[in-house]
Amino acid sequence: MLGVGSLTLPFAKRTLANGLDVIVHEDHHVPIVAVNIWYHVGSKDEQPGRTGFAHLFEHLMFEGSEHHDAGFFPPVQQAGGVLNGSTNTDRTNYWEVVPTSAVDLALWMESDRMGYLLPAVTLERFETQRHVVLNERRQNYENRPYGFASMAMAAALFPEDHPYSWLTIGSSDDIRAMRLEDVQAFFRTYYHPANASLTLAGDIETERAFDLAERYFGELPRGPRPAPVRRTADLANEARLVLEDRVEMPRVYMAWLSPAMFGEGDAEMDLLADLLANGKTSRLYRTLVYERRVALDVSAYQNSRELAGFFLLVATAAPGGSLTDIAAVIDAALQRLIEAGPSESEMERARAQAEAHFMYRLQTVGGFGGKSDQLNAYNVLHGDPGFFSADLSRYREATTASVRAAAVRFLGVDRRVILSVVPRGQRELALSGSQPVSVA
Amino acid sequence: MRADRSRLPDVGPDPTFRFPRIARHTLGNGLQVRTVEHHTVPVVTLVVQVDAGVVADPPGREGLAAITADMGDEGTGSLSAIEVSEGLARIGAAYEVDVGADATHFSLTTLSRFAERGAALLADILVRPSLRAGDLDRVRQMRLDRLRQLKDLPPVVAERAFLRLMYGEHPYGHLSIGSAAALGALALDDVAAFHAARFRPSRTTITVVGPLSHGGLLQLADGAFSGWSEPLVPIDVQGPREVGSQDDPTSQHRLAIVRRDGAPQSQIRIGHLSARRDTPDYPALLVMNAVLGGQFVSRINLKLREEKGYTYGARSGFDWRRGIAPFSVQASVHTASTADAISDCLAELDGIRGSRPPSEREMSLAKASLTRGYPRGFETAQQVARSVAQLALFELPDTYFEEFVPRVHAVEAADVVRVAERYVDPARAVTLVVGDHQAVAESLQPLGLGEPQLLPSVV
Repeated sequence: MLGVGSLTLPFAKRTLANGLDVIVHEDHHVPIVAVNIWYHVGSKDEQPGRTGFAHLFEHLMFEGSEHHDAGFFPPVQQAGGVLNGSTNTDRTNYWEVVPTSAVDLALWMESDRMGYLLPAVTLERFETQRHVVLNERRQNYENRPYGFASMAMAAALFPEDHPYSWLTIGSSDDIRAMRLEDVQAFFRTYYHPANASLTLAGDIETERAFDLAERYFGELPRGPRPAPVRRTADLANEARLVLEDRVEMPRVYMAWLSPAMFGEGDAEMDLLADLLANGKTSRLYRTLVYERRVALDVSAYQNSRELAGFFLLVATAAPGGSLTDIAAVIDAALQRLIEAGPSESEMERARAQAEAHFMYRLQTVGGFGGKSDQLNAYNVLHGDPGFFSADLSRYREATTASVRAAAVRFLGVDRRVILSVVPRGQRELALSGSQPVSVA
Repeated sequence: MRADRSRLPDVGPDPTFRFPRIARHTLGNGLQVRTVEHHTVPVVTLVVQVDAGVVADPPGREGLAAITADMGDEGTGSLSAIEVSEGLARIGAAYEVDVGADATHFSLTTLSRFAERGAALLADILVRPSLRAGDLDRVRQMRLDRLRQLKDLPPVVAERAFLRLMYGEHPYGHLSIGSAAALGALALDDVAAFHAARFRPSRTTITVVGPLSHGGLLQLADGAFSGWSEPLVPIDVQGPREVGSQDDPTSQHRLAIVRRDGAPQSQIRIGHLSARRDTPDYPALLVMNAVLGGQFVSRINLKLREEKGYTYGARSGFDWRRGIAPFSVQASVHTASTADAISDCLAELDGIRGSRPPSEREMSLAKASLTRGYPRGFETAQQVARSVAQLALFELPDTYFEEFVPRVHAVEAADVVRVAERYVDPARAVTLVVGDHQAVAESLQPLGLGEPQLLPSVV
């Protein structure tokens, strides 16, 4: 058995006078340093009618800042680095992975856009990025099979005033209606040291990393911490919906509200997703795809976020298989789990997989999901960058009883959303009683 | 000390980096083994390269290489497909199959303490697949259904049509999944014969990377694969015919369209057959592509995305293979901007051939990002194993990694113009559009590309 000691993610953390959290992790295997910043702002901070703003704003962060009034890609690439950013419901992250020789450059640039973005935001840049984002939406949602399903599910799971009821990409109408003036208030509210977390991971000594963080970010003024967003959601019954799309095969999406990130039962729901529908060893793959061949694929996902979570099951019908058959098999599998829970053998397998996946997460310092991103995730969403080992323990300590209890509590067949996505003009392929929804 | 914001900070001298040392070994059965010590986290990766890529698909059997590879984990010896997956899951293994143009790579990553079990499972999958009729029927049906679904995925539709436009009936001209007609006609005997002819130790290379000594890594491969004996079936030396040269366009048309009525974007490919991976011009082609379209800051993306807002992103590149490779520009653009985007791309292809040679700044940026960022690709066992497997695929020397940076630095702006003139030619390029034909047809006419060839969404 592997020692627990090797499955840790060591770090040091300090908070600057202006409220910026700085976290450092040393890893000297490759002469690169990952610089990663999380701003605690995402589409959860948007209002109905203004959806998609946090993400469009992220695009502007790459177009220049006061002291480097030009694109952010060339200097970083000239130094041999890579950079990117992303926005989700809860946070916006930005990162560079640079050779050790270019740490100063990355920190200079990140601090310049944190402190001095606005003078570089012009109407022309804003308009261009508006079009880029509209094209991102066309590419990833509108021109992609089943691309509207996630929008329909979000809108059905959460009430209209809950920010999880829209996707981070936002609605096209809202994106078209955004104004340059909105950028300024948004920047002042959310983009400042007290609402951010900076991690440096890689080939750098801890003290030098803290010194550099102070040098580049110490001068930036603290802003007011935004008030936490609080919204609740509740599903009282089963909603059945149908959406027509340019697809060959009907597909069913089933979702339940579930624990928020790191909440009680969150890890159990994650384990349930695996044992129900992920990989060839899962219960539903075996029944639906391997034995009865009524489905082409099946997958499940515990989508846990800061304010709430939802558990999503998706299966695509095989020719000759109906969504009604698939839903019946799923319901029977859920019923068995609720009555008897998983087997000890399934739990053993799940624990082995969890341990391996935590180990794989220790392989890269930067980028999406690298060690720097994980430290910031734990710091921003859990208040403790040192949560890595405890996070793994949540999975190690889950039992057949705790997994069954989570299934009983969260996977009731009488409070969920079921969406049938069917080929255009073939609404009769949906589950019975489904109401048409339209998404644009 | 406060930051000086009057200028960007200087970047220090490039840090030294020791590229992985590769040790080569040959097992008693002729199997080639390459080992690399990688001492970071306790994770081991094995990559097995089998001489069974798409190019090995016989005419009328398109999809055979891929379905044979897929049958590996559908049951081995007395184990069922589910039991094989169970074995992989119990060691937390990440198992992947990549059916490439010239070879198929089977890779497995697991925790070091499970490395022996992982290697044994991989050997079972490769050497002792059950190849049962019932499993073949199930896998075949899933692939046929997948083909139907791919009709709705514009990037895949474009890739299929573009390869066919480039290579015609040559096996490079189809995706690994093949065609419905060929899949439907495959018999279990075809799969068994293909496996017997192509899966043999004398034509297989295994790369093993992990936190063990070269001897320990070799032992992993030897323990699992030394019992694999060379099949009695003679080696199928009859490869496919050589593909046409770069000057030999396989399509008579310069514009091709796959209709997707009502599509909000057009999926575009612009390109032609261009160069072989073994050309001495390879480093110059990399720099040329970095200037033109290989990166975010390249000309094509800056024009189409950052200046015009036509797209979420546009890029160009070579789809390298042992034979001649296509060079192409790829983008998904707003339907209303289709003709303008194509026109801009063609202008960029033309410009780099001499009317707008790369500036000093562009050369510096292209070379810096290719060389200074190079060590980043050697962080994980999986990255190292894949890089070393690429050397095996293209028969490159073990010193390749160390030599890469100086070779790129030696490229001059004049070399970029020279290779652009030789290997990139807008006049020869085929432009493919997967999109709303009716909406774009009229705007395409002034481009002077002639009458479009209309292609079905499935070829």
